[in-house]
Amino acid sequence: MSEETIIVSDSPDAEINAAIQKKIGWGFWLAISWVILITLLAILAPYLHLKDPRGYFIDIDGNGRPPYGPSFEHWFGTDKDARDIFARTLHGARISLIVGFSAISFGFLVGGTLGIIAGYFRGWLDKIISFTFIVLLSFPSLVLAIMLTALLNRSLFTISMILGILSIAPVGRLARASTLQFSDREFVLAARQIGASDSRIILRELLPNVVIPMSALALLGMAVAIVAEGGLAFLGLSVSQGITWGSLIQIGSDSATTLENAPWIAFFPILLLFLTVLSLNFAGDRLRSHLDVKESSL
Amino acid sequence: MAGTGKAHLRNSPDVLLSVNDLVVEFPVARTGLKVNAVSGISFDVIKGETLGIVGESGCGKSTTGRAIMQLPAPTSGSIDFNGQELTTLSKDEMRDARTKIQMIFQDPISSLNPRRKVRDIVLEPLLVWKRGTQEERDILVNRILEDVGIDPQRAAESYPHQFSGGQCQRISIARSLVLDPQMIICDEPVSALDVSVQAQVINLLENLKAKYGLTLIFIAHDLAVVKSISDRVLVMYLGKMCELASSDDLYARPSHPYTNILVDSIPEPDPEVIYAPTAVMGEPPSPINPPAGCRFNPRCPNVQDRCRVEEPEMREIAPAHFVACHNPLTY
Amino acid sequence: MNDSDPRTTTPLLEVSDLKTYFRTERGTVKAVDGVSFSLQRGQSLGIVGESGSGKTVLSRSIMGLLGRTNLIREGSIKFNGQELMGLSVKEMRSIWGQEMSMIFQDPMTSLNPVMKIGRQIAEPLMLHLGMNKSEARLTAEKLLTDVRIPEPQRRLNQYPHELSGGMRQRVMIAIALACGPTLLFADEPTTALDVTVQAEILHLINEQRVDRNMSLILVTHNIGVVAGNTDVIAVMYGGKIVEKAPTKTLFSSYKMPYTEALMRSIPKLRQASHTRLATIPGRPPDMVNPPLGCNFAPRCAYARPKCLVEEPGLTVTENPEHVYACFYPVGSPEYHERKLELSQRSDLLSTGGQN
Ligand SMILES: Nc1ncnc2c1ncn2[C@@H]1O[C@H](COP(=O)(O)OP(=O)(O)O)[C@@H](O)[C@H]1O
Ligand SMILES: Nc1ncnc2c1ncn2[C@@H]1O[C@H](COP(=O)(O)OP(=O)(O)O)[C@@H](O)[C@H]1O
Ligand code: SF4
Ligand code: SF4
Ligand SMILES: [Mg+2]
Ligand SMILES: [Mg+2]
Repeated sequence: MSEETIIVSDSPDAEINAAIQKKIGWGFWLAISWVILITLLAILAPYLHLKDPRGYFIDIDGNGRPPYGPSFEHWFGTDKDARDIFARTLHGARISLIVGFSAISFGFLVGGTLGIIAGYFRGWLDKIISFTFIVLLSFPSLVLAIMLTALLNRSLFTISMILGILSIAPVGRLARASTLQFSDREFVLAARQIGASDSRIILRELLPNVVIPMSALALLGMAVAIVAEGGLAFLGLSVSQGITWGSLIQIGSDSATTLENAPWIAFFPILLLFLTVLSLNFAGDRLRSHLDVKESSL
Repeated sequence: MAGTGKAHLRNSPDVLLSVNDLVVEFPVARTGLKVNAVSGISFDVIKGETLGIVGESGCGKSTTGRAIMQLPAPTSGSIDFNGQELTTLSKDEMRDARTKIQMIFQDPISSLNPRRKVRDIVLEPLLVWKRGTQEERDILVNRILEDVGIDPQRAAESYPHQFSGGQCQRISIARSLVLDPQMIICDEPVSALDVSVQAQVINLLENLKAKYGLTLIFIAHDLAVVKSISDRVLVMYLGKMCELASSDDLYARPSHPYTNILVDSIPEPDPEVIYAPTAVMGEPPSPINPPAGCRFNPRCPNVQDRCRVEEPEMREIAPAHFVACHNPLTY
Repeated sequence: MNDSDPRTTTPLLEVSDLKTYFRTERGTVKAVDGVSFSLQRGQSLGIVGESGSGKTVLSRSIMGLLGRTNLIREGSIKFNGQELMGLSVKEMRSIWGQEMSMIFQDPMTSLNPVMKIGRQIAEPLMLHLGMNKSEARLTAEKLLTDVRIPEPQRRLNQYPHELSGGMRQRVMIAIALACGPTLLFADEPTTALDVTVQAEILHLINEQRVDRNMSLILVTHNIGVVAGNTDVIAVMYGGKIVEKAPTKTLFSSYKMPYTEALMRSIPKLRQASHTRLATIPGRPPDMVNPPLGCNFAPRCAYARPKCLVEEPGLTVTENPEHVYACFYPVGSPEYHERKLELSQRSDLLSTGGQN
């Protein structure tokens, strides 16, 4: 090993890390800005004087039959029914983002709580909860989704719940692991010896520490949920009423001829989906590595 | 070392803490074996005294300190603090008792929550116990922060990683003082610090002890540090007691062979002292399967046949100087 | 090395005006700021100073082990007459391990946790010395015996986590010695270990140095550790060597107030318990904006106005081997004058005098 190992083990000490503590960088803020922009557009879509997303804008004066390509009138073009893709994409963002957000919030609430409880109390509670996570992880997620949509309905709530349930285990395991790690630190022991109650220790000492790596995962998780919604849409299993990015893409790519003759129908929803998922992933990743540096300098 | 016995316990009304036959065992998962971390230790501490505990790492010093706080509770033995038996207290009673005994840990950085402001960390015990009005709390916290040499203004704005190791240790000390405890157990508080910072923290502890009328238990593996701050020193080895004496006496006349090796191994800042440890001792045996008889026998230069079968008991070989050894060094 | 006795002619290592700076967001960290010294073959040098004084950066800079980004490295490092400054990683590779090697502070993180001890020692032997597998294994076993690891044969098949901290540090030493280096760096090799183990490890390093006629650079924050173990001691402060002398001379007649403060802050066994320890007030200088004059001035009890504006260079004493950087060294009239003032002031304080 000699030389190679020497370099690898060139472990910088805390002081060095503190000195090189990196700024999170403009890339992170750019990504976050995009997510915020999209979210705002989605929220404000009904008030933005967009074209009616459900309206048919058949051009009577000629220009042939829809779909129409991008023009000054229709920035992103229209689909085969002459519906305005720009308006539809922004409206579609609403459901996609709601699904992503509520799925991951649910996963966080349930998975995070279970994970922290398991990591803090350990013992049989930990055994039961960890086993539950394993069961959840082993369950084929697609089968679960198909089963549940078939059994229940395809409402926004059901879809969000399904994706939420699927995110419990990954979030929970991360929460458990970081709780285990932090509750071994002496500041937790110090809190116990001043007589702080378990709930106070969890809320005041552990939660602020555990939430940070989890927030990085949340951004990634939201991206995964949005993509998963798209996947479900392809199988015709997404939210039955309403427009989602998934359903827009599905319409735009229902056949090879559509893709060939009117690529814009699928392209714009895909572009927005891609940029949003990329931003979420990138921001989550930057956040994590930023915190890693900070963490090791502590 | 393998020593047990209680010849060294004092019968004084001023005894603040008295530990009797303390045993702490940790089960080893799925094997049915156990780690004999502490195996029958007794000692007492008089009000206003500083008791030092030394020994190699793994000999059970931290476990002893934590057992006093019932974190975790010992396997057996009794711990009498101010006339109160700690081992039989209910959870709530113990919560109360813990405010009278506080602990400071080795790693100054991991003892402080990285995501909380330093001043909030010091304030926390008062909030947990809902002591005083907000104004009173502020005055107290500021005063204690100043006493330990931390600027309260900066503490209110900064997180632990913005302070150096020595400063973090001062912050830990401040936190341990706010509940006005009678006793502080310091578990290797200076082992992770630079020598020059070590001296600052030791001096600080001495000052605070006088100012707040504290009783200290000071744990460390460096005999020179322990000697400097303690009135009496207990030497431990593999969960047992070896020797207990006043710190000057212990250094002047170490009687236990292990104490002698400890004394010899301290690097003296003096080039004339050729730095040759007495004997190559090898590694300490595992506390899962400790040697029979005297636990030090496999490494002891003075070992006799008797040591392998019979465990030595603490006895007084000079006034107030106790040793657990069949064949102590003579002087 | 050649035939005759090169020891007296060329030093093994000659460092002149070595500077090592890091560019950071806060500014340029002058971690090592103009260090010069030379080391003869077989000689041992102790580098002491508080943490942050630049000891680690100095030793890694000499070995060329620092990353290349945002690094400014100037000066000259002659090893065996060859200039190391400016060599590529590839060229350094033939020097690492075989000519120079290093033992680190933390024996846990410097060993590969998933590789058996035997392989970790044998690999560099096969790589650098072209030994075959069985030769390397035999040598590895011999090395473990050298570093006094009991049952070396069994240890070869163990993983690092199966060994105690002291044993792991012995393994690190064995690895560092494997290819027969002529210069060994030990960066706080015992700081993570128990005192009893520390004594044994230091003894071992020194014994190996003598046996193998190696040179040693021992880096530590505890001046007690280098006392009995090195020929020469260099005291570092704020990226500079502030005093350097043969060990005995340094202890008997140190000149720098900083050296004095370092020595007095160590608790000593022979002092009665509760002896008040001397401390150094304040913190080491910020290496981005070091103080204008003497780096130590803000903390120095003997500082005078001159110290705040002018930087003391290295002064040579009667003993040409003993140099220090101070305007008012221990023993000078100004030193005595101030010392008297200080003791009067503390008398005043202890008798409760105040106005
Ligand atoms: N929670 C624990 N579980 C199992 N073994 C433990 C635990 N805590 C300590 N030990 C073991 O008990 C022994 C004494 O440990 P400790 O009291 O930490 O020693 P010291 O503080 O003297 O270094 C060691 O062998 C250690 O491995
Ligand atoms: N890679 C680096 N980037 C920036 N600053 C560094 C780097 N490495 C070390 N330093 C700084 O250089 C100074 C000297 O560090 P170091 O040599 O590790 O000190 P020592 O070993 O004496 O404790 C410190 O202030 C440290 O923060
Ligand atoms: S002489 Fe015997 S009893 Fe005393 S320490 Fe040695 S082995 Fe133990
Ligand atoms: S030059 Fe001045 S400030 Fe620096 S060490 Fe000497 S007396 Fe102190
Ligand atoms: Mg301990
Ligand atoms: Mg260093």
